[in-house]
Amino acid sequence: MSELKTETMTLNMGPQHPSTHGVFRLQLKVDGETIKEAIPVMGYLHRGSEKLAERFLYSQFIPYTDRLDYLNAMTNNYVYCSAIEELLEWEVPERAEYLRVITMELNRIASHLVWWGTYLLDIGAMSPFLYAFRDRETILDRLNEISGARMTFNYHRIGGVKWDAPEGWIEKVQETVKELHTNIQEFDVLVTGNEIFQARTIGVGILSKEKVINWGLSGPIARGSGVAIDVRKTEPYSIYDRFDFDIPTREEGDVFARYKVRIAEMFESLKIIEQACEQIPEGDIITKKGKRLMMIKPPAGEVYRRAEASKGEIGVYAISNGKNKPYRIKLRRPSFVNVSILQDLLVGESIQNLVAIFGSLDVVLGEVDA
Amino acid sequence: MSQELLDLIVEKFNTLHGEESIVESKLNFGKPMVILGTEKWDLATAKLLHDDEQLQFDFLTCVTGVDYEEHMEVIYNFYSTTLDQYLYVKVNTSREEPTVMSAEPIWKSADYMERETFDLLGIDFPGHWRLKRILLEDDWEGYPLRKDYITDKKALGLD
Repeated sequence: MSELKTETMTLNMGPQHPSTHGVFRLQLKVDGETIKEAIPVMGYLHRGSEKLAERFLYSQFIPYTDRLDYLNAMTNNYVYCSAIEELLEWEVPERAEYLRVITMELNRIASHLVWWGTYLLDIGAMSPFLYAFRDRETILDRLNEISGARMTFNYHRIGGVKWDAPEGWIEKVQETVKELHTNIQEFDVLVTGNEIFQARTIGVGILSKEKVINWGLSGPIARGSGVAIDVRKTEPYSIYDRFDFDIPTREEGDVFARYKVRIAEMFESLKIIEQACEQIPEGDIITKKGKRLMMIKPPAGEVYRRAEASKGEIGVYAISNGKNKPYRIKLRRPSFVNVSILQDLLVGESIQNLVAIFGSLDVVLGEVDA
Repeated sequence: MSQELLDLIVEKFNTLHGEESIVESKLNFGKPMVILGTEKWDLATAKLLHDDEQLQFDFLTCVTGVDYEEHMEVIYNFYSTTLDQYLYVKVNTSREEPTVMSAEPIWKSADYMERETFDLLGIDFPGHWRLKRILLEDDWEGYPLRKDYITDKKALGLD
């Protein structure tokens, strides 16, 4: 028999592919079932956030940060506000810092739960999605009670937060934490040990430590490869230095390691919320100057502020020229940097692992495209 | 400690490029910042930052482009995962022909962030392996983050 002639095929995955949970395209070159080249194509959701920032007053840009990583909007709010506070050299009231930490950590759990549910949905397990969204809804109810919105909170303000916690809210959060503790443990038992799940994830999509650092990856992806970088520990912001919590890391660097890191992180977040709920003092929730929105005019200068979002390190580079509008706001979105590794990570992998690997990066397209 | 690090970096830069290799050096909110002309930002400098035993800036966090109307600027934010230290490097370039050497051959994280800067500000990064638009369409005209960019509302369907 003469040899069969083979050739590579170009395959477009997306922009409307269910596993992207947004609009994102991968240009693939496949040789049979092996991926030879993968080029991410993005920008379908680009709204020009950085350009918009230059047209608004400082306080008017906060709602736009909600729409970057819409699953983890509290940290986006925070990092923008704290960058401007640093330029202004303002102190934030204690109670506001505690409310910020509680809302950010609740939001981190909600974000990880969405990832947990949709990731398992992507690789073929239907029911975890329903459990995850049930518990996420409880968290969103708590956040709704304090901010008035389920996802686009617009809650943090330059100099504090918008609303104080309603009566009995802290106790309700404590109840939620207890409930989540049991439920997340249940999730862990339900899925982690599953043989099919492990067969799909262990040893798949391995990232080395060196690669993680060189490609600038952060968040659970970095920590799943043994790079213990977490801004909450390496450069504690807000009041994170007051809490006792660990940074879960794994050495394997595969999809399963990233999964385990995220599960462990949810328990750490619960620990932080528990402590914050016990320590929270009474007092002001915003500085006096922060209430006069039109008057926010940082002196000329620039600063880069970072925070740990659920996807990785989120940063804001703010440049002020002394006027009441920002001169330049640069947003460092973790998903945007994390998604770049696909060009390298997918090459040589089998095509059936593609969704398992892409999903493990936990990319949110609102954030990639800004 | 930051002041010591800043002095060290200035000294190392001067050994590499001779005196006056740096336009300005200062502490910005407690973190060292050096400002260079684009001709002094070369592969040797980048390698020095990445490989030097006392610097070890292995993690490039953020790349920002700014249009200052008289000139353009690219800002690199570095972090060292091993030595836990930070550095701002600002590279000045002209507005007529904005060119800054690409950091992508050394730090792969610069890949997308420099492409974004090219896309929105039109700064050229020689040495980048695939410099093309990333967020905007390939046939987009102009660079939106430049201060003299006029938004064509009609073309965008807003008018």
